[in-house]
Amino acid sequence: MTATEAVVTASARSTRPRLARKTWQTVIWFIGLIALTALVLYPLAWLFLSTFKPNSEFGQNPGLIPNAPTFDNYAKVMEGIAGVPMWRFFLNSLILSVAAVVGTVFSSALAAYAFARVQFKGLGIFFAAMIGTLLLPFHVVIIPQYILFNKLGWIDTFIPLILPKFLATSAFFVFLLVQFIRQMPRDMDEAARIDGAGHLRIFWSIILPLIRPALITCAIFAFIWEWNDFLGPLLYLTSPDNYPLPIALRLYNDASSGGADYGATVTASFVALIPVLLFFIVFQRFLVDGVATQGLKG
Amino acid sequence: MSTTETRTLVTEKPSSRARQLRSGRRPEHEYTRPGQRARNRKETAAGYAFLTPWLVGFFGLTALPMVYSLYLSFTKYNIFQPPKWIGLDNYIRMFTKDQNFIQSSEITLVYVFVGTPITLAAALGVAMLLNHRDKGSGFFRSAFYAPSLIGGSVSVAIVWRAMFSAEGPVDSGLQIFGIDLGGWIGNPAMILPMMILLHVWQFGSTMVIFLAGLKQIPKELYEAAEMDGANAWRRFQAVTIPMLSPVMFFNLLLGLIGAFQVFASAYVISNGTGGPAGMTNFITVYLYKRGFSDGQMGYAAAIAWVLLIVVAIIAFILFRTQRSWVHYSGDDR
Repeated sequence: MTATEAVVTASARSTRPRLARKTWQTVIWFIGLIALTALVLYPLAWLFLSTFKPNSEFGQNPGLIPNAPTFDNYAKVMEGIAGVPMWRFFLNSLILSVAAVVGTVFSSALAAYAFARVQFKGLGIFFAAMIGTLLLPFHVVIIPQYILFNKLGWIDTFIPLILPKFLATSAFFVFLLVQFIRQMPRDMDEAARIDGAGHLRIFWSIILPLIRPALITCAIFAFIWEWNDFLGPLLYLTSPDNYPLPIALRLYNDASSGGADYGATVTASFVALIPVLLFFIVFQRFLVDGVATQGLKG
Repeated sequence: MSTTETRTLVTEKPSSRARQLRSGRRPEHEYTRPGQRARNRKETAAGYAFLTPWLVGFFGLTALPMVYSLYLSFTKYNIFQPPKWIGLDNYIRMFTKDQNFIQSSEITLVYVFVGTPITLAAALGVAMLLNHRDKGSGFFRSAFYAPSLIGGSVSVAIVWRAMFSAEGPVDSGLQIFGIDLGGWIGNPAMILPMMILLHVWQFGSTMVIFLAGLKQIPKELYEAAEMDGANAWRRFQAVTIPMLSPVMFFNLLLGLIGAFQVFASAYVISNGTGGPAGMTNFITVYLYKRGFSDGQMGYAAAIAWVLLIVVAIIAFILFRTQRSWVHYSGDDR
């Protein structure tokens, strides 16, 4: 036992009541937070358990537990809606999200390298412009972008949704990677440069491996944001065959507002969330730490 | 880590970065040596090569489209016929004749300026609670974070629609306490509070940023304050608030701007109508309806520009007042 520990134990012994107060504080802390967690996660629990409620229970049984649990909703959801099977919506979402990941990581890493490691004329002004787009509401550009993509004949294709990702239009990712690259020591690139390596070489063999954790964070967020994106597909996709899940859910929602099929709507909503929830459970450290260190908004 | 990083975002001007680059890291660039100019040219070429995708996106999908939409905002345009110049008519109509626009602006401002502070307060409160103890707080941090990951999705909008409808769980729960609202969804007085509640529910990402900021505050400051006889409230005021102000600034700026962009939840909850009684007709929903349902592209472009100007003014005010309330410790810049 070291001297400080001895002192600490001694003082702890002399302050028993204080220790008891501490324990009580901890108990209250846990109870309070568990109650808050229950409140915050209640909607998700309700969603999950409601997928087992038969249609007739909606509006009758507002509680968590289904009276007569059933898998009917899942069977119905798998059939799909508007003549399109569920797996098709799922596949569309998956294609869009994977493309978004590839495009975002590729283009953002290139741009971030230029901003963080190359000294070119105009760096300052373009960096400021990039920060400016970070604060730009997306809705400001949807009208002209729609007109552009319409002129190009790309409506009802995935191009208007995927192309911007390959052009690093989401400044969040560029900024996150710039910050990350700046933290990396320059010794290795200096050494490589002296050995005659060019920027492409340094980028590919030194910087990319170093920033892998940040690239993973970018990839996860790019996937989830695209998976959840509603406005983009709403604008550009018109035929149900091309719909990703969020737009398909809207079909369910609109159909059920006449009181038709709440069970299927709720179940489809849950099915659409499964990949995001899985990502969250598997990568929660990455996600939460990514937010904490980079100030990324969910 | 987080405070310094968020700080870089909110304070760094290109000039300071250029200075940093010039002074600190690669001093050899200060001198003009033989071959230096050729090397500079090579650097510039490499820079633009790496930046090509971003440049195409910036000019092709952001900058030029914005200029074009500014032009469109002075026209009448339905995408089928060529735009017809009508001067300021769109803007005049918006502020003098269009009751829907006025209402849409009002509810959007209420949503933004009520929802964001409540979200920030909830986030800070819970972050402080979690900061109280290290062991076990990781689980809660993740649990509270989950809603902000999915909160803007259609799925969650559908869940909220179901939960807040008449005879839904929330309504039934309140009836136990003798409160009968008859559902929130169809009730013009309750739908905006419900939308704000949905916003507050997503406090997790803000909370995580606050928590990282709280962990950066040196413990000695609290100990010193305690020694000087400061009580908990005084310590919060004199230590936590100033030390956390850079993170606060960042969260406030992004929170306000993000709140203006609420779309999917309002659109889905109201089935694309912005109802009941226009109470979910946020500016983004209204813009979408005007531009894409009514084919009034020129008018919608004008709405978008008003939105942009409002957001720019808010950002400007925040950056301008920053000096007076944002405290950068050890900051000599």
